Amino acid sequence: MSVERSASAGARANIRLPIYLDYQATTPMDQRVLDRMLPYFVEKFGNPHSRSHSYGWEAEEAVEKAREEVAAIIGADPREIVFTSGATESNNLALKGVAHFYKDRRDHVVTVTTEHKCVLDTCRHLEQEGFKITYLPVGTNGLIDLATLAAAVTDKTAIVSVMAVNNEIGVIQPIAEIGAICRAKGAFFHTDAAQAVGKIPLDVEAMQIDLMSISGHKIYGPKGIGALYVRRSKPRVRLEAMINGGGQERGMRSGTLPTPLCVGLGAACAIAKAEMPAEVERLRALRNKLLNGIQKALPEVFLNGDPEQRIPGNLNLSFAYVEGESLLMGIKDMAVSSGSACTSASLEPSYVLRAIGVGEDLAHTSIRFGLGRFTTEAEIDYAINTLREHVTRLRAMSPLWEMVQEGIDIKSIKWAEH
Amino acid sequence: MAYSGKVVDHYENPRNVGALDKNDESVGTGLVGAPACGDVMKLQIKVGADGIIEDAKFKTFGCGSAIASSSLVTEWVKGKSIDQAATIKNTQIAEELALPPVKIHCSVLAEDAIKAAIADYRTKKGSGGPAAA
Repeated sequence: MSVERSASAGARANIRLPIYLDYQATTPMDQRVLDRMLPYFVEKFGNPHSRSHSYGWEAEEAVEKAREEVAAIIGADPREIVFTSGATESNNLALKGVAHFYKDRRDHVVTVTTEHKCVLDTCRHLEQEGFKITYLPVGTNGLIDLATLAAAVTDKTAIVSVMAVNNEIGVIQPIAEIGAICRAKGAFFHTDAAQAVGKIPLDVEAMQIDLMSISGHKIYGPKGIGALYVRRSKPRVRLEAMINGGGQERGMRSGTLPTPLCVGLGAACAIAKAEMPAEVERLRALRNKLLNGIQKALPEVFLNGDPEQRIPGNLNLSFAYVEGESLLMGIKDMAVSSGSACTSASLEPSYVLRAIGVGEDLAHTSIRFGLGRFTTEAEIDYAINTLREHVTRLRAMSPLWEMVQEGIDIKSIKWAEH
Repeated sequence: MAYSGKVVDHYENPRNVGALDKNDESVGTGLVGAPACGDVMKLQIKVGADGIIEDAKFKTFGCGSAIASSSLVTEWVKGKSIDQAATIKNTQIAEELALPPVKIHCSVLAEDAIKAAIADYRTKKGSGGPAAA
């Protein structure tokens, strides 16, 4: 729950606390999205699959308009859009659906170590079924090496799955180049674009993408809805359905479509498409202000992931010598997330940060800042001041910081790992 | 992580943060943990001629419960003899701070830190150190 503190600096600056800077986790719904959804709950409640009366027709019309809006933001044909419950289901359907359908001819899947858990876990599942999986490494900038990818794809590869934008470090993979390699090798190319849609231009034709996962709640739409783009021609992608039933969504995903959620996803895509150029520039300015402000105020703060190939709404920073969870406790006026082990159930630091070669000591000190549509300059100013205060305080009580100030090389000490 | 009020209090108002002169003969220094594991504690005790711990200071890199555990033990050891201090158990720390199960290792580290500081002090003094009270 948000806290309004009348006496706090936040209230004086007229901002709502805690400041929401976790836009890669989820986004608030845009009011304009909600306004378009509302009529479809009570008034226009029809089943979009009902063919025999106007209740069904008006719901179907709304769903099909939404399908066009989703298709438009990625340059697809509306008939290539399958509504799902979200990006996790879309990723499952893309990978399992293709792998199962083509299993007699192709038994190999290529993906990347820094993919979202729902891709990696699906791949583990396929591995148990007997498929062979190649997990490509990434460089210290978080990007894959195209030559390594090209060497990994064979005539037995059914599908290559590489996320467009990483959810933790915000780096953008070279999607068009990956698409060209996959097309040349005859493997389908799937991209998890949950963090990319509305943030970077995407075109399934120009980028030679065959399947793409889309999420509603990452783009100011509702939770519980997503989509999978499935190419219809050149080449046609076929899938084995995971959910069987009435044959909706051309048999690829049965179940009555949730009309208000579909409308919400469509509205979110339409707004994102129209406003992306201006929003990108605004967020880039705010992101740069945040990064420059932090680095001016504090030494030994490191950016994780490529400095150029990244979306403007993400900053993943390591605050050396300050443990992430203790920093989160200090900056409780800010809603952010940490790559620190202490914030995860597994007590393991972020696998994405480890994959890009961030040492475990620095991984424990990382914070992810996600900026978005409703982030203001006043919030960024507040964030910089709060971070300066708490990082300075925690460093003053950090034995590691003390050693560094004394000129002791921390790496030279024989630590007793526990 | 939902912490008890005591953890939050020690985190926000840590007792005895700082450093003692580690070259002082009457100061014992314990440094435990590892940066790669996400927690490092430095705990120092200053022992009087009578074997009583006169002062204690800590610095901790770690989560809120690691900071709270080390802050708490600096309070506990002051005024105790080194033998009494050596009997402090991690379970007492965990109970006092109501640490959640995944944070028990923080209290273990704090216990290790006291033991390491006492061991350092005893090494400095050799076997001819002041007898325990």
